[in-house]
Amino acid sequence: MATIQPLREETMIINMGPQHPSTHGVLRLVLELDGEYVVSCRPVLGYLHTGIEKNTEYRTWQQGVTFVTRADYLSPFFNELGYCLAVERLLGIEAPPRAQVIRVMTNELTRIASHLLWLATTGLELGAISIMLYAWREREVILRIFEMITGLRMNHAYIRVGGVVMDLPEGASEQVRDFLDVMPGRLHEYEELLTGNPIWRQRTEGVGHVPGDELVALGVTGPMLRAAGIDWDLRKQLPYCGYETYDFDVPLRTAGDCFARYEVRIEEIRQSLRIVEQCLDRLEPGPVMVEDPKLRWPAELSVGPDGIGNSERYVRHIMEESMEALINHFKIVTQGFQVPAGEVYQAVESPRGELGYYVVSNGGNRPYRMHIRGPSFVNLQATPRMVEGGLVADVVASVASIDPVMGDADR
Amino acid sequence: MIVLGFFLTAPMGIGYMEHKVLAHMQHRLGPMEAGGFHGWAQLVADGVKFIQKEDIIPKAADSWVFTLAPAVVMVPYIAIFAVIPFGRTLWAENLDIGIFYVLAITAISVIGILMAGWASANKFSLIGALRAAAQLIAYELPLILASVAVVMQAGTLSLVGISEAQHHYWYIFTQPVGFFIFIVASLAELTRPPFDMPIADSEIIFGAYTEYTGLKFAFFLLAEYGGIVAFSAIASVLFLGGYQGIPVIGHLIPGFFWMSGKVGALAFFIIWLRATYPRLREDQLQRFAWVALIPLALADIMVTGVVKVLVK
Repeated sequence: MATIQPLREETMIINMGPQHPSTHGVLRLVLELDGEYVVSCRPVLGYLHTGIEKNTEYRTWQQGVTFVTRADYLSPFFNELGYCLAVERLLGIEAPPRAQVIRVMTNELTRIASHLLWLATTGLELGAISIMLYAWREREVILRIFEMITGLRMNHAYIRVGGVVMDLPEGASEQVRDFLDVMPGRLHEYEELLTGNPIWRQRTEGVGHVPGDELVALGVTGPMLRAAGIDWDLRKQLPYCGYETYDFDVPLRTAGDCFARYEVRIEEIRQSLRIVEQCLDRLEPGPVMVEDPKLRWPAELSVGPDGIGNSERYVRHIMEESMEALINHFKIVTQGFQVPAGEVYQAVESPRGELGYYVVSNGGNRPYRMHIRGPSFVNLQATPRMVEGGLVADVVASVASIDPVMGDADR
Repeated sequence: MIVLGFFLTAPMGIGYMEHKVLAHMQHRLGPMEAGGFHGWAQLVADGVKFIQKEDIIPKAADSWVFTLAPAVVMVPYIAIFAVIPFGRTLWAENLDIGIFYVLAITAISVIGILMAGWASANKFSLIGALRAAAQLIAYELPLILASVAVVMQAGTLSLVGISEAQHHYWYIFTQPVGFFIFIVASLAELTRPPFDMPIADSEIIFGAYTEYTGLKFAFFLLAEYGGIVAFSAIASVLFLGGYQGIPVIGHLIPGFFWMSGKVGALAFFIIWLRATYPRLREDQLQRFAWVALIPLALADIMVTGVVKVLVK
């Protein structure tokens, strides 16, 4: 008499990441699989922890910029802006109008670059390899503009407390304008390739769906939230840098799935182009840094043969003409400036959501404590909610739709 | 010998074509350095590189099965070329059951993929192998059904006979639905995009081939391109008249060039799809086969049968 053995059912645990082609760096997902279905998902973070927050406590306020710009490495200007706005609020100063316009312009160009990179990598992860190269091609144009303005393609340290480090170089606005002429046509190309593509829609529609109220409960912000129909954009709700004076729309979708997030991001690129265009029209000559010599970086930076350097005129001034200037230079460069005691939370709308800077000063020349509210970290909390019960292939689509940057999540 | 020579060179041509076509569709140049002229020797250089690589067999792997798998995947595609006619007299073997032989033998390569995935002792490989097996079972059926309609119309199973039967007109005009089904199903058989879930690199690293290195990995690549040539050749014979040229000027050019041109055109189409479409999902793929393609193929056979009887 043979007895019938019940079919043995086993789940398989696989480690997706930290070394995996589509985990956006070093995100690790511990997946419990039942065949192709995901039973449970546990994100493991921290592989890219760099101690940026702690490090700033040992550097002057000015030096903080070079640290925070490395947190969310795909949108460096947003980190710089959030940090500088927070410190400026503690100081009770405001950057001059031209600096504000330049800040908005570089930020919106970064938003476009970041969304393009999102489009490229998401396309690649869903198997649409052509869109990757198309989006990368346009991102490259933006990075060249950044290189021209700041000398670097990323980690610019261009926005500083009190303004921006240097004025725009000659020819920069023309290059931006050229980009504005080209980009709408390219956006149309992307949409022709993807929006109506039946397989693209099948892979994204209804995938990774989370309703708006749950997203709010999880603290999710940014395009994910707006794709679920919740109108929350800090540029409108808590404007900074004069965003309230710019004319732009906040794209909203109600579906709350990966396709809606794709649509929102594409539309945001379009709105950012509008903002950049308005910035170019507003660029009036003027200072780009506060005048207060106790705050501003003392050197006159100029592009020398070695990239960035001090102008000869300034070096002669401090070395030969004015002892006071030399003392001031020495003080600011070695000790920095003091910031009145207090604490402040300043948030900016980064491409990923609410990027917040909580800065505490005890009156010294260094931050007492600095904390970054990284939108990637918070948004990743929605991962298990999105992928559990779905298929393995949807994990990739869902995580991609969060657009996490691990530098931002782990800091 | 000629067959073997063709098998070893044609995939290189297709591989180079993929490099170049894909690059130009994506605003790139593709290989430009190797060999001097537009990087024509890139694949030769790749081959040399593969030979130099360390041949790694994972400790936990079943080394016999692991080593045998690449050959099992590749050999069927070589064997197919024995029966494919490249001209009225240019074929190695004219089997009476040619199409039957071809379809039966292509199915063997899936065993190789399963062997590779199972023996690798890697979870990603295993998922990839099971996906491949499920996919090939689902798409073998529409592939065969689409061929059946052609066989009914031609009244012969021999590939030479089918080519000859298309002397007046190509079967793509009478069997457009069959052609569509055949191409879709062969893409799935080849695990080419948009049906490349078994090797979906963004999900399961490289599926069954994850643990392979060096020459063994090159064998899998060669099998993939060889597969493209093989399926393009079969589709050309079944639907595009094989070595038959177009009327009027057809006889001016030898059949071999007609056949090669058709194979090239179909391979180009297969590469084009890769540049255009994202990857489907496993369940969508299965649904597409069982709900759409198979009923469609059955209806196609029915219509062919009815028309054939009526015409007689």
